[in-house]
Amino acid sequence: MALDDNYLQYPQRRYGMDHDRYTWSMLADRKPVTWPGGKKIALWVNVALQFFPLNQRGQPFKAPGGMTMPYPDLRHFTLRDYGNRVGIYRFFQAFDQYGVKPTMAINTRLAERAPYLLEQILSRGDEIVCHGWHMDALHYGGQDPTEEAEQVERAVTRLRQLSGRAVRGWISPARNESEQTPDLLAANGIEYFCDWVNDDMPYPFTTRNGVLTAMPLSMELEDRFILMNNLHSEDAYKEQVIDAFDFLLEEAQREGGRILSLSIHPWMLGQPHRIGRLEQVLAYITGHNSVWSATAGEILDAFNVQQG
Amino acid sequence: MGEEPGFYDYWAYENRPRLQWPGGARLAFWVAPNIEFYELNPPPNPQRAPWPQPAPAVPGYAIRDYGNRVGHRRQMRLLDKYGIRGSISLSTALCDHHPEIIEQCLERDWEFFSHGIYNTRYTYGLSEAQERQMIEDSVATIEHHTGRKPAGYLAPALSHSEHTLDLFAEVGGIYTCDLFHDDQPTPVKVRSGKRFISVPYSLEMNDTIAYVVNKVEPRRYGQMLKDNFDRLYAEGATSGTVMCIPTHNYQVSCPHRLRAFEEALEYITGHSDVWVTTGREIADYFLEHCYDQALGDIAARTPEVR
Repeated sequence: MALDDNYLQYPQRRYGMDHDRYTWSMLADRKPVTWPGGKKIALWVNVALQFFPLNQRGQPFKAPGGMTMPYPDLRHFTLRDYGNRVGIYRFFQAFDQYGVKPTMAINTRLAERAPYLLEQILSRGDEIVCHGWHMDALHYGGQDPTEEAEQVERAVTRLRQLSGRAVRGWISPARNESEQTPDLLAANGIEYFCDWVNDDMPYPFTTRNGVLTAMPLSMELEDRFILMNNLHSEDAYKEQVIDAFDFLLEEAQREGGRILSLSIHPWMLGQPHRIGRLEQVLAYITGHNSVWSATAGEILDAFNVQQG
Repeated sequence: MGEEPGFYDYWAYENRPRLQWPGGARLAFWVAPNIEFYELNPPPNPQRAPWPQPAPAVPGYAIRDYGNRVGHRRQMRLLDKYGIRGSISLSTALCDHHPEIIEQCLERDWEFFSHGIYNTRYTYGLSEAQERQMIEDSVATIEHHTGRKPAGYLAPALSHSEHTLDLFAEVGGIYTCDLFHDDQPTPVKVRSGKRFISVPYSLEMNDTIAYVVNKVEPRRYGQMLKDNFDRLYAEGATSGTVMCIPTHNYQVSCPHRLRAFEEALEYITGHSDVWVTTGREIADYFLEHCYDQALGDIAARTPEVR
């Protein structure tokens, strides 16, 4: 039997996007941006600090990096926990060595469970972003709206309580959303979120509760994506980040400031056989005078003062 | 359902009539940027889910939007630099959504061929009349926005019916990119008996197949492109070959992949006796100069069906 004729009707076939969340705009046509000190590249190192529960529900899917074996999946639970116990302290040393100002995206449940780690982040002065409740508390199409509203409110409010910080930014677990996630974030006082990977620069995102900024945190260049999803080598990770940096620097010299966003995980790059590649990448990038290492919020502030 | 699609007879690569490209070129080289629009909330198709999770599929949708917002201008800049006119595999609804992209490609005299309406609307399950309506819509949309009917077709998301090529030939098309059986153009049998051919559009060199399906490293992709060229160029000294690089702005135009792509373009276009051209020009040339001879050779070499 043939499909209903509705399948050949296109109610959103019109100028611009097929939704009302943001306007259509090509990056190359936008006003050039200059970073503080006349720098060309804003280096945004985003660390994902994640808690993967052993009793994962996996609804409506298992988050990348989550449990894959029958309960109790000790191998994956402990391998992810390794990042928060060991890998992150290698990251701290690398950041300090190369003068990198990282952004810490943390699951609120992890902030509750690891007060020492939270204390270290606070005393270092790193920016804290809410990364949702934990890696099994997903936001997804068809989710019960009341459940999701409570989930967002709990994650944001509790992280603010624990940290004593404003917490301006958000990254959904698995970067997945429901149709109302942006509305809920704005209602909870979030200023920017990093789930949409459709740009290399910030842009305004409309919600029912005011405007958010979508911040461009590259997924294609993420350590987990390159090493675990694509199964590329550690050398290839380094090569790809350096190629990306070289390209963006060249484009920035022509078209205005750009952002190099590195989404990294201490359970991945914090391993002994990988940490050296992160250090080499940071050494290469921060070896350029044209680089401004800043947190997501600082990059957003510098961007915003040049708009309008 | 048939044992085989029936579009062509077996035609061995060796001992074919010599294929000679214009100006004595050994290889016809074309780049086919897929400029696509994926919908955030497309209607369901019983045979294929557009996204792996319930809508909104933010990661999948967003990276494809990146191709149009960010990647397109990067690839266009590179193709300009190496004197290449793109042959666009177009989600034709993009004419309505992003007419700026169409205008920029028109200014450069790029080719537009049909890739359906949206890359989230599949051919699966359409009746013949519905598929004809969809193909006619796509052809009319390209003609309306560019002033010229498309010559080529690549089914949306490579989703086909048994009649896809028949229908496209009947609305006036002359070539398809949907078949991967050869490194030279070949005649394709359609039910109307019209003169219709396949132009090689490589799945192996397709950046999305390389990066998403086969997960190759960017530098390795660049090396694969060069190796593919080297062999086809060498063989082209005997009889002309075709090399196609099908691209997607959300894959090849990411910052960490452009260097490898540029190095390959520089390498390929740095050779003499390469005809840097478009899909339509290859099809037109083959139909005018080589098609009849090819048909004759195929007929002479095809045994009685047992």
